[in-house]
Amino acid sequence: MKSLAELEAIKNKMKNQVGMRKDDDAHATRIVVGMATCGIAAGARPVMTAMVEEVAKRNLAHVTVAQTGCIGMCKLEPIVEVMAPGKEKVTYVKMDAEKALKVISEHIVNGRVVTEYTIGATEE
Amino acid sequence: MDFARSTVLVCGGTGCTSSGSQKVIKEFETQLAAKGLEKEVKIVQTGCFGLCALGPVVIVYPEGAFYSMVQPEDVEEIVSEHLLKGRIVTRLLYDETVQEDSIKSLNETNFYKKQMRIALRNCGVIDPENIDEYIALDGYKALGKALTEMTPEQVIDVIKDSGLRGRGGGGFPTGIKWMLAAKSPNVIGKYVCCNADEGDPGAFMDRSVLEGDPHAVIEAMAIAAYAINAEQGYIYIRAEYPIAVKRLQIAIDQAREYGLLGKNIFGTDFSFDLDIRLGAGAFVCGEETALMTSIEGMRGEPRPRPPFPAVKGLWEKPTLLNNVETYANIPQIILNGAEWFQGIGTEKSKGTKVFALGGKINNTGLVEVPMGTTLREIVEEIGGGIPNGKKFKAAQTGGPSGGCIPASLLDVAIDYDSLIQIGSMMGSGGLIVMDEDNCMVDIAKFFLEFTVDESCGKCTPCRIGTKRMLEILEKITQGKGTLEDLDKLESLAYNIKESALCGLGQTAPNPVLSTLRYFRDEYEAHVVDKKCPAGVCKALVSYSIVADKCKGCSLCARQCPANAITGEIKSPFTIDQDKCIKCGACIEKCKFNAIIVQ
Repeated sequence: MKSLAELEAIKNKMKNQVGMRKDDDAHATRIVVGMATCGIAAGARPVMTAMVEEVAKRNLAHVTVAQTGCIGMCKLEPIVEVMAPGKEKVTYVKMDAEKALKVISEHIVNGRVVTEYTIGATEE
Repeated sequence: MDFARSTVLVCGGTGCTSSGSQKVIKEFETQLAAKGLEKEVKIVQTGCFGLCALGPVVIVYPEGAFYSMVQPEDVEEIVSEHLLKGRIVTRLLYDETVQEDSIKSLNETNFYKKQMRIALRNCGVIDPENIDEYIALDGYKALGKALTEMTPEQVIDVIKDSGLRGRGGGGFPTGIKWMLAAKSPNVIGKYVCCNADEGDPGAFMDRSVLEGDPHAVIEAMAIAAYAINAEQGYIYIRAEYPIAVKRLQIAIDQAREYGLLGKNIFGTDFSFDLDIRLGAGAFVCGEETALMTSIEGMRGEPRPRPPFPAVKGLWEKPTLLNNVETYANIPQIILNGAEWFQGIGTEKSKGTKVFALGGKINNTGLVEVPMGTTLREIVEEIGGGIPNGKKFKAAQTGGPSGGCIPASLLDVAIDYDSLIQIGSMMGSGGLIVMDEDNCMVDIAKFFLEFTVDESCGKCTPCRIGTKRMLEILEKITQGKGTLEDLDKLESLAYNIKESALCGLGQTAPNPVLSTLRYFRDEYEAHVVDKKCPAGVCKALVSYSIVADKCKGCSLCARQCPANAITGEIKSPFTIDQDKCIKCGACIEKCKFNAIIVQ
C-alpha cells in the first residue's frame, strides 16, 4: 500500500458488497421482484439476474434488489416494483430482461419512469 | 462474485461454532448450489453478533432477517422460502424482531437497543478473513490519516484528549501510557505489544474482537508504533483460542500482502511488522511483566515495577502494552476525533465497555454499552433478566480480581471509579450473574481456588497467603468455621493486597472481601447456624421428605444412586441421612415437590 488513493480504490470497489449490511437504508431505492411460483414460471429469474448484474455494473450503491412473494396478479408476472424514498411506488408488469435493463437506465439512473411498462399502461 | 442480491451472514465466533454454525454454513453452500443461487447469494462468515445464547445466528440482508438457533435442517427452508421465493421464515426469527407486518430492526430489540458498538462495530458485520471488507468500512483509513496527516505527538494528544483508559482492567489512561513510551529514548528498538491473554473465567470479549475484527487490532498497533517510534510488535494470545489465532494470522498475512505491514507503509518512512506469540494458558501471563517475560521465551513470572514497561519492557527495551479492546477503540478515535469519544460515557470514564454476560441470565452473550450504564439496565433489559423466575442476588465483575455487587447496588452507573468504590472493579469485562441458588461463600471459594491454582509461586503472600485463605473458606463451607475465622480471613486478605508482587496477588482477595462486605450474613449463617442458606455447601445441607406431600411413588428411591431412600409404595418415604450423598437427584425427579433442602 503506497498511497491513500489505493486504499480508497479498494474501499470503492467493495462498497456494493457490504453496503446492504446496514439497517438504516432509509435513503436506498428498493427494487423488488415477484418471485413466487407464478413469477418464476413467467420468467422472473432472468429479470432478477439482469437487474442484479446491471446494478453491479453501474456501481449503484444506493440500490438494493430484493425479491418478494406473489403480489396477487399472477397473469401480469413477472412484476417488478421500484420503491424510491419519498416517491410513490412504481409497479412494472410483464417484464423481461431487456425491459429490466431499460428500467434501470431510465428510471433508476435518470429518474424517468418507463410509463409504457407500468401497470397503468396495461389497464388502458 | 461481484455483486450479490442477498448476503447471508453466519456467525463463526467460538460461541456459534460450538453450537454448530460450521455445519449450517456447509448446508447453505449445498442448498444454494442445488437451487442454482450460488451466484446471487453470498455467504459470509462473520465474528460474534453478541447473542451467543441464541446461536447459531444467521442474518439475511437486505431484509435484515435475524434467524436464531438455526440448525442444518432449517437451512433448506430458509433457502427455498426466503432466498428463492422471498418469504421470510417467521418461525426461525428471533422472537423479539417479529412484529405484526414487518421485521423489526435488530437495533430496536431489547438486547441491542441500549448497546453502542465501537470496539465491536465490525463484529458480526464483516468477514474477518477478508481484508477488503474491513477496508470497505473505513479500515486502515485511520492509519493512513495518522501517517500522512499527523505527527506522532498529535496522535498521542488525540488519544490523551479522548480520555480512553485501559480496557484490560486497571483503567490506566492510554494516552499517558503512550506518551511515557514515546518519551523513552529509542536506543536499539522499542516494542508495541498486545495483551490477548484473556484469562478471567467467563470473559471472552478479546476473543470475540480478534475473531470478528482482527484488522482493527493490527491497525491500532501500527498507529501506536508510529506514535512511540517502534518497528516491531507482538500479539500475545493464548493457544486455547484457535479460531482467533487462525484469523489473526490470516489478517496479518493479508496486511503484509497489501503493504499495510512492512516497510514504508503508505509511502512514508514508517515501517512496522507484527508477530503472534502463543501463551500456554497461565493466568499470570495476563500480568504485563509476566507476559513480556513469557514472550522472551522464559517462564512466565512477574517482576517488580518500577521500572515500568514504558521504560524497560520486552528485552529491556521501552515497550507499550495495551489490551485488545483498548486497541479496538483506537482507529475510531483517530477517525472521529477526541471530542467525539469524550462525548460518550461518564466524567472520568469515556467511551464504551464490552461485557461478557454469563451465569444466571437469559441472553448469555457479548454486549457493548456506554460507560455509565447501570447494572440494572445490563441485567434486566439487555440481558433479559434471570431465567426461571428466580431472584437476582449478585453480579460478579472483574473475575478473580473483582468482586460481587449486591442487588441493593443495581442502580450504580458502571464506570472504573464507581466499581472500585463499591469494592469490585471493571476488570477485563466478565459479568457473571448470580441468583438465589448461588452461595456467596462458595463463589468466593471458587475464585480463590482459581487464584491458588494460578499463582505462579514467586512471592510468598500470594503463594502461601491465598492458600491459607482458601483453607479457612473450606473450613467454613464444611461447617467448622468460627467467627474468629472471619476476622482472620479479613486481615489476611488486607495483608496479601498490600504485599503481593503483582496484580494477581494484589487483587486475589477481592472476591472474599466484597462478599464479606455485602453478604456477611451468609458467612455468619455458615459459621453460627451451620447452615448454607442457598443450599449449596453439601456439608451443611440435609435432604428430607415432607411426609404430607409424599405420595409414595418410589420414583426418588429408584433414582437414588446411594440407595438412601426407603419406604413402602403409597406411604411416605424417608431419607437415611448417613447414606445420603446430597447429589440432588431425588429432587429433580420428584413430581410433588415433596423433597426439601435445609
